Amino acid sequence: MKKTVLIWLAIGLVSFVLLPWHMTEDGLYDATWMTDGVAATGLFSILAGQWWLAPAGLAILAAIVIQLAIDEPVKRARLTLGTAVAGLAFIALQGLIIVRAGPRIFETLFVSEAVMAGQPGMGAGAGICALALLFAATISLSQSDKGQGDAFVVSTIGLIVALVAIFVFFPVIHILVRAFEVDGGYSLTEFFPRFFSSDIWDLSCLISNRSCGVGINSLFLAVMTGAGTTLLGLSFALIFTRTDFRAKKLLRVLTVLPIITPPFVIGLALILLFGRTGTITEYFADLLGWEATRWLYGFWGIYFAQLLSFTPIAFLVLIGVVQGVSPSMEEASQTLDANRWQTFRFVSLPLMRPGLANAFLLGFIESLADFGNPLVLGSGYSVLSTDIYFAIVGAVADPAKAAILAIALLTLTLTAFMAQRMWLGKKSYATITGKADSGQNASLNPILKWACYCTALPWAAFTLVVYSMIIFGSFVKLWGINHGFTFDHYIRAFGIDFSTGRFSGVAWDSYFTTLTISSIAAPLTALVGLSTAYLLVRQKFWGKDAFEFSTMLSFAIPGTVIGVSYIMAFNFPPIELTGTSIILIIVFVFRNMPVGVRGGIAAMSQLDKSLDEASITLGANSFTTVRRVILPLMGPAVLAALTYSFVRAITSVSAVIFLVSAKHNMATSFIVGRVENGEFGLAIAYSAALIITMLAAILLLQLLVGVRRLRRSDRVQQIAKTA
Amino acid sequence: MTKKTGSVRFESVVKKYGEVTALKKLDLSIDPGKLVTLLGPSGCGKTTTLRLIAGLEMATEGKIYIGGEDVTHLTATYRKVSMVFQSYALFPHMTVRENVAYGLTVKSAPKAEAAQKADEGLELVGLAGFGDRLPSELSGGQQQRVAVARAIVLEPEVLLLDEPLSNLDAKLRRHVREEIRQIQQSLGLTAVYVTHDQEEAMAVSDDIIVMNNAEIAQIGTPNDLYEAPSSAFIADFIGDANLVPCDVDALDGAIARARVNGQKLSVPSNGIRKGAAQMVLRPQALTLQKPDQPGLEGQISYAAYLGKEMQYTVETLVGSLFVIGPVQAQPFLRGDSVSVGIIEDQARLVSA
Repeated sequence: MKKTVLIWLAIGLVSFVLLPWHMTEDGLYDATWMTDGVAATGLFSILAGQWWLAPAGLAILAAIVIQLAIDEPVKRARLTLGTAVAGLAFIALQGLIIVRAGPRIFETLFVSEAVMAGQPGMGAGAGICALALLFAATISLSQSDKGQGDAFVVSTIGLIVALVAIFVFFPVIHILVRAFEVDGGYSLTEFFPRFFSSDIWDLSCLISNRSCGVGINSLFLAVMTGAGTTLLGLSFALIFTRTDFRAKKLLRVLTVLPIITPPFVIGLALILLFGRTGTITEYFADLLGWEATRWLYGFWGIYFAQLLSFTPIAFLVLIGVVQGVSPSMEEASQTLDANRWQTFRFVSLPLMRPGLANAFLLGFIESLADFGNPLVLGSGYSVLSTDIYFAIVGAVADPAKAAILAIALLTLTLTAFMAQRMWLGKKSYATITGKADSGQNASLNPILKWACYCTALPWAAFTLVVYSMIIFGSFVKLWGINHGFTFDHYIRAFGIDFSTGRFSGVAWDSYFTTLTISSIAAPLTALVGLSTAYLLVRQKFWGKDAFEFSTMLSFAIPGTVIGVSYIMAFNFPPIELTGTSIILIIVFVFRNMPVGVRGGIAAMSQLDKSLDEASITLGANSFTTVRRVILPLMGPAVLAALTYSFVRAITSVSAVIFLVSAKHNMATSFIVGRVENGEFGLAIAYSAALIITMLAAILLLQLLVGVRRLRRSDRVQQIAKTA
Repeated sequence: MTKKTGSVRFESVVKKYGEVTALKKLDLSIDPGKLVTLLGPSGCGKTTTLRLIAGLEMATEGKIYIGGEDVTHLTATYRKVSMVFQSYALFPHMTVRENVAYGLTVKSAPKAEAAQKADEGLELVGLAGFGDRLPSELSGGQQQRVAVARAIVLEPEVLLLDEPLSNLDAKLRRHVREEIRQIQQSLGLTAVYVTHDQEEAMAVSDDIIVMNNAEIAQIGTPNDLYEAPSSAFIADFIGDANLVPCDVDALDGAIARARVNGQKLSVPSNGIRKGAAQMVLRPQALTLQKPDQPGLEGQISYAAYLGKEMQYTVETLVGSLFVIGPVQAQPFLRGDSVSVGIIEDQARLVSA
């Protein structure tokens, strides 16, 4: 262990002496700083007068001396730990205090020339020094208690905690700081009037025809969407598991759709159908002489789009819940002479109740966080997520207002998230045990069955129409006006000039950027997510609950809030990332991490823990165990996490739209831009191309993994026809 | 294979999970080369003890020594013990040979040498030639033996076995336990064996440590435990026993004068003191006679023919007694009145 610590410290020292401490203008990979003179490295910056970098270098040196000079292992580990933590603290403090621009919260405390002069953001040197000190600290921590802890486990925990702190908590705290900001300082008293202002929480729409506050709008929409998607999802789930409905495979397709559909595409398709010049609007306008209205661009438009977008998610949750009701419970009820309605009403439904609440809260959070649909459809109905965006990019940029709105949105989603965890965490009616259940689920009684059919099937048909719109719309010259067949949109977007071999289409740039960034982000997301899952399922450590909570937290932070917080936090030193592709990769990794964690937990729970223990008692350490036993057995889960994070990175829009730059534009923000310009044909053609790209990625995965054998066969009781 | 076998010693080891105490101040010592069984009802702390030896759990207090070396704070990776798991825990993605060689390869032994040692280990458990199969292609008994081979090729100081037979069917169980005992004796290994099956424990062990309520109830050879139980719990747990209240009136060397329901008996004293006590009556220490004979009066409430013997339940004034008798031409029937005789030198006394 001494060797490992020394290697890390040596790496830290070398990068302190040789690598540029600060961010260089030319970017990370450019090596010109070497020839420009060495003044940029940590060591030479100190000599050039930036004395505040000295503690970092001294900490590394001191730790090396401690490692070499002290023989007693526990004492050595404790001293190294102290030194390394102090070094990290110094790096963080000097970074926060001495900044060139951005919020100077410590300005009033430290006034000196150096503080005022500032410094650029941290670069490769600072990053590697911090990493070296972090690992020196975690390895020492594992040794500093009486005996030999597991250095690999402690280091992984340390790294993930550090990453989550920097890339989730640090930006969110920045929003809070911004919200308390007033001209030339900070004020606590200003915050509450602003937070509770009538712009956000006005209820006057209930009693008059004025519009409500934007927060109330969001809340109302979220409750409606949560209830609607849960009801539809339940109908689908019941049809899927409790009837002999023939086209079940088709219903399965529904569960894949939301994964591969960029969030605003549904809104787009609705415009093609119900907009001012939409097909259906025109048909009825002609038939009945109604005047074409803009009703779609308001509450009902967003509501329909969200129902279409999020019903599949509810279905996915509820199918597990409905299947989770043990058949033997229903059989028990039936043998006690309950009829099918009574069985459903008094046994099955109560058992599903926590699952229903879960589906509702999920729909609630998704609706609050939804950005794409309100952006495309919401001109008549403002909600928090889009108002935050307009407060940043609108004609009058108002970051403080954006911060306040972001906090309002965060309050709502976090409350729902907490409710979900606290309330549902305790109540579990899961009736699946390890024992093989060999009974049959009771089929629905006829009235209920037809109620489900009548709710769900029109909706399924509607979904099909909407999706076929996406395909047809891309081949039509000008929707609503000229319905001639054309390839023009695809040629404009994805044209290739074969004479010069140039990719002349307007979409290629963002398409390639999207694919590149998603392909880099996906393995990182899978790595972080699966490591976290491993720690949560297989390791016991102090503060594990808090650890789990904080890694799941980014699930409850809407993309818009993440986007705003990232531009507020990473536009200035100490960590200056805006305009780079790195910030896009980071935002995907931490946005999609909870998905990787959940997938990993599910896969890991199925591996018998004694496999790990066998490996460990045979003398393997936990790193070897992970590499040689766990990873090979988790193959399918790893691939699933990879595809899922790849696809999510492609479809994401809310966070990304704040962070793209001219150099690194993403497909989704490019499409949103086209929509805002009214270029629907191009937007839809591009969306279709994206959907096909993602379908190809998913199919490739299916081929790699082979046939899924996840679920038990769906058995439904056949009503005896021969009496 | 060389003998590097080691002893195990616990000094006042306490294990707590939060508020729950899984082990109360445990002291024990296992000599090199012995097979010692940890026996007890579920939740008694026997598996916790085993996992503490393995290093899969860390002691809350106290010291643990393996081979004379203090290993209290060493994790499982660094202890020279290996373990056979209840579920075998064979790595499903590796062949049998790779499984057995795993412990050697993680210590970066050369591949050829590891494979050769693995084959030797497989031969030892009678599975030579199975090296290229996957664990899923073997029967339960064969998987079990692979697990044993995987544990012993590392030449551990202590071999740990966690209910190794519980996933096998009854007939195979006897066969495999004899094999395990044979391998352990021929290699001179120190082995710690956890089971809740007292018959299994008696069949394989040099010594048995009976545990109850997170502490040791009695340590002894199988014979000691059966013949001289230290408590009513042990008497009841090791073999079948009827426990009958009695009074010890006088002690006469190794013989105690006791009264059961007024009937005077002279039985081995088993270190008992005067006063109220309990008498341990094994089913075969009781005889059934016609009601006119001396003994405890009773009535048969259950009688079963088992081929080699008869089993009876007899309701008496001191409670219902379980009696095993010979198969007779005219067995007692349910409802018969009988007199239950006590074979005095087979009765044992434990404190009340």
